[in-house]
Amino acid sequence: MIAKPAWQALLALVLVLAAWLLGPMTVPEADSLANPTASVTFPFVATKPLIYGLLLAAIVLSMTRLSAAARAAILFVGAHGAAWFLLHGIYGFEGTARAPFFLLVAAAWLLAWQCVTLLSSQRPLQRWLDTAYRLLVPAIFGIWILILWEAATRGAGIPFILLPPPTAIGAKLASSIDIIAADVRQTIFKAVIVGYVVGCGAGFAVAILADRVDFLRRGLLPIGNMVSALPIIGVAPIMVIWLGFDWQSKAAVVILMTFFPMLVNTVAGLASTGHMERDLMRTYAAGYWQTLLKLRLPAAAPFIFNALKINSTLALIGAIVAEFFGTPVVGMGFRISAEVGRMNVDMVWAEIAVAAVAGSVFYGAIALIERAVTFWHPSVRGG
Amino acid sequence: MIGNTQTVVQANGLGLTFRTNDGPVVALTDVDLTIKKGEFVSFIGPSGCGKTTFLRVIADLEQPTSGTISINGMTPEQARHARAYGYVFQAAALYPWRTIDRNIALPLEIIGLSKAEQQERIKRTMDLVELSGFEHKYPWQLSGGMQQRASIARALAFDADLLLMDEPFGALDEIVRDHLNQQLLKLWARTQKTICFVTHSIPEAVYLSTRIVVMSPRPGRVTDVIESTLPHERPLDIRETPEFLEIAARVRDGLRAGHSYDD
Repeated sequence: MIAKPAWQALLALVLVLAAWLLGPMTVPEADSLANPTASVTFPFVATKPLIYGLLLAAIVLSMTRLSAAARAAILFVGAHGAAWFLLHGIYGFEGTARAPFFLLVAAAWLLAWQCVTLLSSQRPLQRWLDTAYRLLVPAIFGIWILILWEAATRGAGIPFILLPPPTAIGAKLASSIDIIAADVRQTIFKAVIVGYVVGCGAGFAVAILADRVDFLRRGLLPIGNMVSALPIIGVAPIMVIWLGFDWQSKAAVVILMTFFPMLVNTVAGLASTGHMERDLMRTYAAGYWQTLLKLRLPAAAPFIFNALKINSTLALIGAIVAEFFGTPVVGMGFRISAEVGRMNVDMVWAEIAVAAVAGSVFYGAIALIERAVTFWHPSVRGG
Repeated sequence: MIGNTQTVVQANGLGLTFRTNDGPVVALTDVDLTIKKGEFVSFIGPSGCGKTTFLRVIADLEQPTSGTISINGMTPEQARHARAYGYVFQAAALYPWRTIDRNIALPLEIIGLSKAEQQERIKRTMDLVELSGFEHKYPWQLSGGMQQRASIARALAFDADLLLMDEPFGALDEIVRDHLNQQLLKLWARTQKTICFVTHSIPEAVYLSTRIVVMSPRPGRVTDVIESTLPHERPLDIRETPEFLEIAARVRDGLRAGHSYDD
């Protein structure tokens, strides 16, 4: 009946028992135990047995000979159910948590860890199930970063200004969605997109030119190198002076930042074809453009996509930082600098979260296109 | 200038010296050779004897530094622009982003043939190299032997009268090699092409050729030209006949004479 237990489950069991022995989970609960006549409200009155029950049930069932998928499901429910009640209970009692609270959070975290271990060892035959598992593992990872963050900030009562809990950031995000949407429109849909397209396009075009004309390669590569070494905090105010406060000056900064990676990568990619492949084109008496289109550009595609991926994150950073140096009263960088000044850190974090999500989506979309275009490359097809 | 007497390749006093950082390297010196239409000429010799370089000079991939060479009466550059030859490299050199049929279509796209003509030639040459059914596979999904057959199909689809092959089967195992050698002979008999074939295998050279050019290194030069007395029809077991062994012995002697291991 009992299978070889995982160390995470055993350690979780030890933590749960230690929490039980240490007794009250919060300061008010300890107060009410010390002074039973006073009417003190304290958290976890009703949910305490539930939390212990969920954790213990998950620990015990995870040691049985159930199928790996079933054990993973049990661990998932146990860990996240317990985490939910723990976080829900501490709400309104910030900074009052005692050791048992953190021990129980740690126990739930260990169970989630074991759940992820079980999931990643699964090799389901059905394609959709395999995809679901591969998405589930990073999702659980991300959720636990938020859970631990929330538990630490609310449990230990970390000052709001230092690190607001994720739920407060989420609430701020939801309540200021109009402002944030306007900021995203200004920064991402204007400065980033325009700058990225123009910067990458120019880098690509100049790379083709530099490849065709030797003196351009010798002259342009060092200049491109120099441009990429320019400090953004020096360039951004100059662009504001030249192009004004609106998004155009930010797009110009993004162009400067994205141009060089594209140039260097495309030049390298165009030189990456083998002698034999080029000789082959020569034996066909193929012209320059035919060789470029049918051999050298396809061969350069992995390099070009590398530049597109690097630039997708560079562009976002560039546009946000550039807004620190003069901007109309809208934009993600403007909002961050303004709200920091007013100590509204939850708004700052909300903007950071939106920027992180937008950057990931941008990067992910390009990575997906890359997989479709360079399916033939060993790094994509796997050897 | 009719039928078998037509000259395809004519080299006179051909020489090629590479300029390298370590000083000049003489790759070819004083090569005189005439290749007639419909011949199967093998070039054999140790590494550095210039056999590949000679093929590359014919293909206008290298420029000779002395002497003259003409292909179908043209300079190599004119011949290349007239698409006078198909070239098969040591490796298949298929483009990994194209399926097999698109790889074979590559030279046809460059010449600018119509889609229908392309389809017709792809089908014909894939049948010739027995690769039918693999049209929509990518090169990396095929074995090395199949890849090399696809590259031969690509050279054949080009449909030039001269086929230049640079150790095309060098990287393949013995069994596959025998099979491809047989197929190549059949193909040559059927298409009446002129074939220049570089190899460093004596049995391969003797089995395939009507004429064997023996070369030696430092400097690269022709030391012997051996006319094969074998019949055109050659089953694989012809390699055990005394006649075959006699030619092979002559080739070996030629190689030994031109190559001393003392230096």
